[in-house]
Amino acid sequence: MAQAFLAVVRRDLRIAFRRLSDLASPLMFFAIVITLFPLAISPEPAVLREIGPGVLWVAALLATLLALNTLFRSDFDDGSLEQLALSAHPLPLLVFGKILAHWLISGVPLVLLSPLLALSYDLSSNALQVLTLALLIGTPTLSLLGSVGAALTAGVRQAGGLLALLVLPLMLPVLVFGARATTLAAAEQEPAGPLYLLAALAALAVTLGPFATAAAVRVSLE
Amino acid sequence: MWTWFHKLGSPPHLYRLAGKLAPWLLWIAIVLIAVGTYGGLVLAPPDYQQGDGFRIIYVHAPSAWMSMSIYTVMATASAIGLIWRMKLAFAVAAASAPVGASFTFLALVTGAIWGQPMWGTWWVWDARLTSELILLFVYFGYMGLRAAFSEVQKADRASAVLAIVGVVNLPIIHYSVVWWNTLHQVSTVTKLDNPSISMDMLWPLLVMIVGFNLFYIAILATRVRSEVLGRERNARWVGEALDDLLPENRVTA
Repeated sequence: MAQAFLAVVRRDLRIAFRRLSDLASPLMFFAIVITLFPLAISPEPAVLREIGPGVLWVAALLATLLALNTLFRSDFDDGSLEQLALSAHPLPLLVFGKILAHWLISGVPLVLLSPLLALSYDLSSNALQVLTLALLIGTPTLSLLGSVGAALTAGVRQAGGLLALLVLPLMLPVLVFGARATTLAAAEQEPAGPLYLLAALAALAVTLGPFATAAAVRVSLE
Repeated sequence: MWTWFHKLGSPPHLYRLAGKLAPWLLWIAIVLIAVGTYGGLVLAPPDYQQGDGFRIIYVHAPSAWMSMSIYTVMATASAIGLIWRMKLAFAVAAASAPVGASFTFLALVTGAIWGQPMWGTWWVWDARLTSELILLFVYFGYMGLRAAFSEVQKADRASAVLAIVGVVNLPIIHYSVVWWNTLHQVSTVTKLDNPSISMDMLWPLLVMIVGFNLFYIAILATRVRSEVLGRERNARWVGEALDDLLPENRVTA
């Protein structure tokens, strides 16, 4: 069973590395959205420090959403998703492998890129650390929640807007706690409370998410 | 003992039952809502702080109540549909969604109208208003997902998964919004949270809540009938039922 899980992870990683442009576009989107806000609001450091945590989190949410399009689409189109569903191994496990691979190629680079972009918002080094940690705990939850929506809309053409409508309300708690932890750290206060809540959400998403996604995959394959 | 349950699963039986019940429920609902409206707008004394402005809660509170309970009905029906493969449960869920979205919208609009004189602004990022707005988006997502599939069976099962994921998430969303709200602004109104509401003001509210519930069930019965007709359009009994409705269209062979 572990072997099947690792095989799925390895396969998805290999496919992703052969199509680097798919991997790069959500990251570029993340960087561009973050560049837009100082231009639209104000380049004043005080203002940037104020809006920075929120802007970074909203941009991370939108970039995750953009990356979700590649999670099941091509596997659905070429039939390999159907083969996964037919295999003797439990589908939630295999789907979890796909989500893990997806997070490794879309979530982790985003986490690594974020402190660099946060520097441009004049956030303190303490805030940078908390932001990175919060994104590290929060992005898996985003990927897991998003995977349910991505699986439900795998067979739908032009699903982008619909996917946003399905997934963004579900991601709201992660945004609230993540942005709050970062804001607290930027104000030199203790961010542990919201970080624990983020971790609780991640635990819940890891335990329930793969089952919901597997059910959604089965519906899409009917 | 379970026969009534199995009978509910039979489309012609449900179609006839809903057809018989709908007018009765609708009339009782209309009477109750009329009594509640009169009680709320005329008989109840004005509030000592808010004056007559508080009277909008007689529409606002029942709508907000319905917006949440209809989502629960949708998720429960979806779960029944997925677990016991009961197709009519899906019809109930599908028929409920637009009604629930309408009540959510009504709750938001009446909340805004009430907020204008009380808070001095149409919209406040209050915890309850915000989570009600999110609930509206969740309803729209459900309806959007249904609309994306041309096959009814697929729309049923996909939207059922979404409804169940939503029902797990909605309390988390609600409490995260409450938590966010208490950190960002002081609670503007504690009046409605205060359960010590006088009997004169309370009874029209309770009548309204019962009336709104019956109204929902009556609308649901009518909508489920049309859902069932659409889903079973190739079944023999639908042809017969339509012949009864429109005798002049009967094809005489």
